[in-house]
Amino acid sequence: MSIETVTPRARPAEVPGSPASPRQSHGRPAIGFLLPFALLYLAFIIGPAVYGLIMSFFDASLVRPGLGSFAGFGNYAEALQDPDFWSSLWHTVWFTILTTPPLIVLAFVLALLADRVNRGRWFFRLAFFAPFILPSAVVALIWIFMYTPELGLIEAALSKIGIASPAWLGDPNWAMPSLALTTVWWTLGFNFILYLAGLQEIPRELYEASAIDGAGPWQQIRRITIPMLGRTTTLVAVLQVIASLKVFDQMYLMTSGGPNFATRSILQYVYDQGFTNFRLGYAAAVSMLFFLVVLAVSAVWFSLVRRQEKEV
Amino acid sequence: MALTTTATTTTGGAGVTQAKIDQRQKLFNRICFGVLIAFALLWLVPLAWAVDTALKPNAETTQTTWLIDNPTFAAFQRVLEDTAILNWFGASLITATLTSVGTVITASLAAFAVSRLRFRFRNLVFWIILAGIMIPGQVLIVPQFREMDALGLLNTYWAVSLPQIPTAIAIFIFKQFFDGLPRDLEEAARIDGAGWFRIYRQVVMPLARPAVAAVAIFTFVTSWNDLLWPLLVLTNPDLMTVPVGLATVQGAFGIRYADTMASAVLGAIPLVAVFLLFQRNIVEGIAGTGLKG
Repeated sequence: MSIETVTPRARPAEVPGSPASPRQSHGRPAIGFLLPFALLYLAFIIGPAVYGLIMSFFDASLVRPGLGSFAGFGNYAEALQDPDFWSSLWHTVWFTILTTPPLIVLAFVLALLADRVNRGRWFFRLAFFAPFILPSAVVALIWIFMYTPELGLIEAALSKIGIASPAWLGDPNWAMPSLALTTVWWTLGFNFILYLAGLQEIPRELYEASAIDGAGPWQQIRRITIPMLGRTTTLVAVLQVIASLKVFDQMYLMTSGGPNFATRSILQYVYDQGFTNFRLGYAAAVSMLFFLVVLAVSAVWFSLVRRQEKEV
Repeated sequence: MALTTTATTTTGGAGVTQAKIDQRQKLFNRICFGVLIAFALLWLVPLAWAVDTALKPNAETTQTTWLIDNPTFAAFQRVLEDTAILNWFGASLITATLTSVGTVITASLAAFAVSRLRFRFRNLVFWIILAGIMIPGQVLIVPQFREMDALGLLNTYWAVSLPQIPTAIAIFIFKQFFDGLPRDLEEAARIDGAGWFRIYRQVVMPLARPAVAAVAIFTFVTSWNDLLWPLLVLTNPDLMTVPVGLATVQGAFGIRYADTMASAVLGAIPLVAVFLLFQRNIVEGIAGTGLKG
């Protein structure tokens, strides 16, 4: 996903007179090859994006056709003044803050450990990655049961070592950390795999050379592994932040945004406004505001990647 | 995923200090192994607990113990009889297959053009496609819903699949793979008078099997697991996909925890099977998307 792949590679076939000569253009076949994707892309991504932008300036409603009356920036002004908008945006950010550091650090540490182990790597991959491929609904069913007061496995385990459990999902202060814990369990495997792949790209000779020089494991990790994984970490961090900002399933399934709206995410706010209150125009405006946040994160990522590429 | 050799084994026998370092490394690796095992087991607990509970009679689930006095498959049987879970499997299979096949075909064709053909605005086209990565699908649910409504596609599998097919990331994976393929074969085919479509179908695509596998499996899993979009466009209980169906019956079991866990386990089984079958493709797919790009 970086910029380097965009530059066309050197083409050994570009000898003048050969079929792929640069002077020869393949415009017509190119259109044929691009057409199926282009049609779907226009119809279901670009089209809706433009339509959504237009809609956000109107009072469009789910229960009547058409755009409704022109509202100018009314929807945007209303959203920015609505405390519910800000609180759901904050819940999303809070969720992102709670999930991103453990999902990066823990994934890194576990991948590092797995990389040093020769035996049974398939088992670790299975254990950490298996939850990631489960549907969110399955994850929710299992974890709601785990968090159940009195009957849940977590409360039972904690009480054995003498720790009293809060009401987890039922407590407004604990609901979000509980959802974050579930999410760490669910999605850690993805980052784990990314880090494991990154670790395998580091040339073994670096470790061998440093071992001859007397470097211990800690020094190797600090001086070789962490710096060499800089690009992987940038990638993992940005993918993680964007994935966390898009959170919807966990809240919708496990707390319905509660208790008392304490875990309603921004996407659920869009869902509630658009499909429960029928205010499509307003929901489209909130979507646009949310899109700006995601875009800002992506922009930061691009500038980070640029800088890293200059350093290399 | 070749097995790694520890740093010291290749340089062994270089005197006393070397032996000391060897020992230190060995101890360190042993600690690593212990910590890793502990975490892996911790990670498996929720899944094991779900299976364990599903095998209990409902009456036994109030005891928080791993032991089962009367293990039974009754909970699975009840879920299969009382819910439409088999229909949901069918719906998920159809929509995920549709999305997957559609993505592989459209993305590989487009990637072939961007990788192999020369035409004006080629870089511009590629950049426009790339820009699509920036638009999260969730931002488009409101206008896309309106669109599906206008097209009369609500409560059809088309509504679930069509918006998921054009994904920029799939083009990206294919383009990278195509860029790395040697051009000699297609040169020869060109000279023999083969058209571009024949080169795509008979020369390039057979070589691109790993990319096809990665994109197909990954799209399949993502599509199978999607909740928000199918939740909006499928309201007919007979058409629901697995995640939507499970979400709607979530509360229906009440305190019959064995039944709840049986529904979770049944909902998990198809993808666990996919994972076990295609573990390597999935892992390599993720690693490839993330790093080579």
